[in-house]
Amino acid sequence: MTYTFGLDTFGDRNSDADGTPASHAQTIRNVAEEGVFAEQAGVDFFGIGEHHTEYFPMPAGDVVLAAIAARTERIRLGSAVTVLSSDDPVRVFQRYSTLNALSGGRAEVILGRGSSIESFPLFGYDLADYEELFEEKATLFAELLKGGPVTWEGKTRPPLLNQDVVPHTESGPFPVWIGVGGNPQSVIRAARLGFSLALAIIGGPPDRFAAYSQLFQRALEKFGRPPLPVLVHSPGHIAATDEQAKAEFWPRWRELIALVAAERGFAIPTKESFDAETGPHGALYVGSPETVARKIATNLRALDATRFDLKYGMPGLTHDQLMTNIELYGREVIPRVRDLLS
Amino acid sequence: MMRELSRLAVLGSGHVGPVIARLAVKAGYPVAIATSGDPEDIALITELVIPGAQPRWASDAVADADIVVLAIPLHRFGDIDPAPLDGKLVVDAMNYWPASDGVLEPFEDGGSSEIVARRLAGSTVVKALNHIGYHELEDRARPAGAPDRRAAGVAGDDPAAVATVAGLVDRIGYDPVRLESLRAGRVLQPGGPVFGVVLGLPEFEQAVRQDTRSLT
Repeated sequence: MTYTFGLDTFGDRNSDADGTPASHAQTIRNVAEEGVFAEQAGVDFFGIGEHHTEYFPMPAGDVVLAAIAARTERIRLGSAVTVLSSDDPVRVFQRYSTLNALSGGRAEVILGRGSSIESFPLFGYDLADYEELFEEKATLFAELLKGGPVTWEGKTRPPLLNQDVVPHTESGPFPVWIGVGGNPQSVIRAARLGFSLALAIIGGPPDRFAAYSQLFQRALEKFGRPPLPVLVHSPGHIAATDEQAKAEFWPRWRELIALVAAERGFAIPTKESFDAETGPHGALYVGSPETVARKIATNLRALDATRFDLKYGMPGLTHDQLMTNIELYGREVIPRVRDLLS
Repeated sequence: MMRELSRLAVLGSGHVGPVIARLAVKAGYPVAIATSGDPEDIALITELVIPGAQPRWASDAVADADIVVLAIPLHRFGDIDPAPLDGKLVVDAMNYWPASDGVLEPFEDGGSSEIVARRLAGSTVVKALNHIGYHELEDRARPAGAPDRRAAGVAGDDPAAVATVAGLVDRIGYDPVRLESLRAGRVLQPGGPVFGVVLGLPEFEQAVRQDTRSLT
């Protein structure tokens, strides 16, 4: 079995060592450095998730990925995720097939909504139309990916009649995944469209997703498709010791959740729930390389998944802390997980 | 002799419906699950994610049910035909959550379950199972008497219906906290003190007592 290991970021706004927030511009330059360093540390994939907020100033991750592509040779580069519902599938295809060209075939796309809702009002979409937007646009995206002229008609964008969409890819479709956060019907959709499955597990016990992984493979059979890989995306933070990782991450995580809680109207989680999430049965990978490696290995096995993407960082962490996280993930966690799984 | 448990129809096979259905199957309830479409479309989901439940057409599931659980996105509620639900006990597990799902004009004025009940005039509506996240609902369930058991609110205007749903909540793994009206159930909504946190009974009761949103 071949396993691959990625890092994802939302462009979490950095702070300086004294707690002063870094500018959006500096944060974006730091993300480019982090992507280049991820390759040097031995990471297989670097993903950037689309967000439009003050604390995740990352609406155009593909531009940053292009900068990383120009300075790297091996690491695969993709979105994590692209909010397809509020974008134009033709433009998404064009941006990522351009990235694919620049990087010599290293582009990937993960489609989904993520927790991102800001793009809907920003671009004039209604959240109540989310399902229809995603279904139609994902179906069109699957058509575009095949290459060749596309004929398509729907309600969410103008029709295409025998349209050649450029740039053509050199060697067939690039990998596309659908991010799923707990809706089994989204698992069926990924199988139906022939996209791989990205399980976004950001809270609660990861092993509850085992049924989703089985559901995906059974649905692929039903649609007459070959097996496709499953990836697990979860947040975390790695430092030299468990104590240090938790001490760095908890206040930043609490701040972020409190901010989102205030925006969206849910109650703020307790330290107890943080401890449960960072424990062996929770969704957060916070700790020393050994702690995090064991948890990754356990969950990849439990979920029959072959890729793990750690969403690293949190608004308010420093660039240095993130570089240490990347180094420990690449040089210690990944080899250790491969060991544990062999 | 023990009375047989109520038959449940769970409408909705998205994030929430399957979790409630799994918990109810585990608690021994006969459970049917339905969407707006063909049960064949959710046969695989049911087999793997909700083993023990029956995928059915919504009309059949509702006709045979004692309790109907609404676990569909609230913006699809308008598609539900109220007539087959006449005379049924309906559990409203939906939420009006504009910050997450967008604004819905009909729900801008008042408690969402009160508005649901107004449209389902022939049904008895109880608000429950809406305020604990779908990713936690199953994991935090505990048998009665467990020291780390958590509480869940049950709100409705009909005390007998509230008692029935409190029994369901108890059997699936939470200490039910009864609220005397759908209006009082506003405390369980997004923005309220128990939405999105999983509290033990004393903390839950205190949070609900201190809240005044049902008075506004």
